[in-house]
Amino acid sequence: MIKHLLSAADLDAPTATLIHDIAAEMATVAGREVKKLPTLRGRTVVNLFYEDSTRTRTSFEVAAKRLSADVVNFSAKGSSVEKGESLKDTAWTLQAMGADAVVIRHPASGAPNRLVNWVHGSVLNAGDGTHEHPTQALLDTYTMRSRLGTVAGLNVAIVGDVLHSRVARSNALLLHTLGAKVTLVGPPTLVPPVFETLTPDVRVGYDIDAVLPEADVVMMLRVQKERMNAAFFPSWHEYSRRYGLDAARVRRLPDHAIVMHPGPMNRGVEIAPDVADSPRSTIVEQVANGVSVRMACLYLLLGGRS
Amino acid sequence: MSYLIRNVSVLGGDPTDLVVRDGLIGGTPTGDEEVIDGTGLIALPGLVDLHTHLREPGREDAETVLTGSRAAALGGFTAVCAMANTTPVADTAGVVEQVWRLGREAGLVDVQPIGAVTVGLAGEQLAELGAMAESAARVRVFSDDGMCVHDPRLMRRALEYVKAFDGVIAQHAEEPRLTQGAQMHEGEVSARLGLTGWPSVAEEAIIARDVLLAEHTGARLHVCHVSTAGSVDIIRQAKARGVRVTAEVTPHHLLLTDEKAGGYDPVYKVNPPLRTQSDVDALRQGLTDGVIDIVATDHAPHAGHDKDCEWAYARPGMLGLETALGIVFSVLGPDWELIADRMSRTPARIAGLAEHGHTPADGAPATFTLFDPQARITVDPGALASLSSNTPYAGMELPGRVVATFLRGVRTAFDGKASQ
Repeated sequence: MIKHLLSAADLDAPTATLIHDIAAEMATVAGREVKKLPTLRGRTVVNLFYEDSTRTRTSFEVAAKRLSADVVNFSAKGSSVEKGESLKDTAWTLQAMGADAVVIRHPASGAPNRLVNWVHGSVLNAGDGTHEHPTQALLDTYTMRSRLGTVAGLNVAIVGDVLHSRVARSNALLLHTLGAKVTLVGPPTLVPPVFETLTPDVRVGYDIDAVLPEADVVMMLRVQKERMNAAFFPSWHEYSRRYGLDAARVRRLPDHAIVMHPGPMNRGVEIAPDVADSPRSTIVEQVANGVSVRMACLYLLLGGRS
Repeated sequence: MSYLIRNVSVLGGDPTDLVVRDGLIGGTPTGDEEVIDGTGLIALPGLVDLHTHLREPGREDAETVLTGSRAAALGGFTAVCAMANTTPVADTAGVVEQVWRLGREAGLVDVQPIGAVTVGLAGEQLAELGAMAESAARVRVFSDDGMCVHDPRLMRRALEYVKAFDGVIAQHAEEPRLTQGAQMHEGEVSARLGLTGWPSVAEEAIIARDVLLAEHTGARLHVCHVSTAGSVDIIRQAKARGVRVTAEVTPHHLLLTDEKAGGYDPVYKVNPPLRTQSDVDALRQGLTDGVIDIVATDHAPHAGHDKDCEWAYARPGMLGLETALGIVFSVLGPDWELIADRMSRTPARIAGLAEHGHTPADGAPATFTLFDPQARITVDPGALASLSSNTPYAGMELPGRVVATFLRGVRTAFDGKASQ
C-alpha cells in the first residue's frame, strides 16, 4: 500500500477505485448521529498549511477528526515560519512531536516531495504551488462516479488556466488512469500544446464551444486576476466571453452532462451564477465528497499500518 | 623541489620522462628529483576555467578563494577566472585586487578576477572597466554573470569600450522579461512538475542580439554557459560570418537533462537550467566542432541551507571544478589534443593568460596536469575539497582521475590532496 500521496500519478486504477469505495463507506458516517469512527484513535495528523485555505484545511480536519485522530493545525501565519524557519526545520519539529501524517499545503511546487525526506510519517499533498492537488482529483472522480455511474469512458473537458492549475494536472493524470478522455481547453497562453505530453491521450483545444457537445463533464477552473496583469489574456470581459460557462454554453452540453468547479469560484467570470447554482452543478457535492475521500485517504495511508 | 616524471604520455604521445625544475619543464635529471611514476598517465596543459564562483568576499560560508583554489587544483586546474557576483560586487579596482591578492596568497592556482560590466550588476551604469583593467589584477574579462546585460545600448557601449584594452564581455544570456519567476527549462517536464519555465528562446534572443552587436562594433563577445541547440546554431552562423564570438558550455549541460528535476531536489537547479537530450546532443556536437570553444565549469558553491529547501527557494548553481575533467573525458573520449584545446589553450587565450595553455614539453612552463584515464572515481559530496557539497554527481562513477597538478613547477595537488 502506498505510504505517501504526493501526486495523482502515485495512484494506479485499483488503488484509486479502492479509495472511492472506502469513501462511499465513509459517506455513510456523515449521515449518522455520531459522525465518528475509532479507526485512527491515538494517531496524530498535522495540517501544515503555508497558504490560507479554509476549505481544504477544514475538509482534512473534519476527515481526520471523524476517524478519531488527534489533529494539530500548523498554520504558517503567526508561527515560527514567519520568523524564517525553514521547511526542513519545521519538519524536524513535527517529527519530534510524533506526527503520523502531515497534510501539507504549500505555495512552492514539489514542497511535499521535499518533506518526505525529513519526516518519518505519511505525507499528503493538499496542494503544492502549480503542481498537484491529488485529493481534489480523487474527490472529483468520486463525484463523477456518483453522478454518472462510472469514470471510464467519460469525456471530460477541463477549462481555464491549466498552466497554473494543480487541480487540472491531478485530474488529467487520474482521469487517464481511470480510463476517461480529457480535453484541456483555454487560451493558448494558459494551455500550451506541451500539455498534450501530460498523458498519452490528453488533447488540447482552444474552442470551448466545439468541445461542449461531446463532454460528459465540464470542469471549470478558477482564473486569477494576476494572470491578466502578466498578459496571459487581455481582460476579464474577454476571458469570460471566450471561455466562461454561461447558460447558452450549457445548452450545448448533452442532457446528462455535469458541471464541476473546485472552488472558490469567480462568479460571472469563469462560471455564470445561474450555471453554478443549476441542477447540473456538483459544486456543493464536491465539498461534501471531499471529506469522505480525505477520510478514505487517511484511512488507507495510516490505518493499514497501525 | 624538482620532479622526475617517468614514462608519462604527453597528450597521448609515446611515453617519455619529464623533468620539472625551477618552474620549467626540461633538462636532465640530477638524481635529487622526487620521482613520480607516470606509467599510464596523460600529461595535459594545466586546465583553465573561465567561469568560477569563489564566493569571497561575502559568502565565505559557501566557498573561499582558498577552498575554491583547492578544489580547482584537485580538479587539474592551474587557473580560474573568478566571477564578479560577490558581496560586494567585483565592480571596482579595489575588489578585483582583493580577490587577486587572496588568490596569490592561496598559491594553488592563478586566480584571475573577472570584473563586473555594470555597477552592482544592476545593468544601469558601466562599472570602471578601465580602472579594473589597469589594476594589479589586470582584468580583461568582464561579466555581470548571474544577471544579463539586457539593455542593448549598455551592452553595445560595453563591447565598444573594452576594445581599448583588448577586453571581452562575457554575457550571461537571459532575457529577463522572458524568465520572470523561471525555475527550470520550459518543456514537458516543467509542465508536469508545475514549475515556471525558462524558455530556450530567452537565451537565444540575447545571443542573437549580442552577436549582431559584436558584429556591428567589431568587439569581442564571449557567451557564458550556452545551453540550447538553438544557441549553438546562432553562434555557428555568426562565426561563419566572421563575428568575434567565443562560447562556453558547462560539464553539467553536456551530461544532465531536465528530467533530473523530477524529484524536486534543488541540487539540480541551475541557471541556465538543465535542458533536453536534444540540447545535450547539440552542445556535444558543437563542442566537438569548435562552434563552442571551451568547457567552463560555472562552479557555483552554495551553503547547505540554500539548497536543502523547496525548489523555488533554492539558489541556482552546482559544483563543477573537481568533476569537470572526468565528465569532459567521458564526453569527448581520449582525444587529448581536443581536451587540451577546450579546457586549457583556448580558455587561456580568451582570458589573456599567457602563462597557461602550453603543452608540457621541454622549455614550457611547468604548469600541467597528470591524468589517469584508466582509473574511475565515485563522487562523494562529503569528500570534495569545496566548502560546499552541492554536486549533482553524488554517487556517480566518472572515468579518469587527476593524479597531480603543477603550477610553475610547484605541485599543487597530488594523489587527492591539495598541497595546502
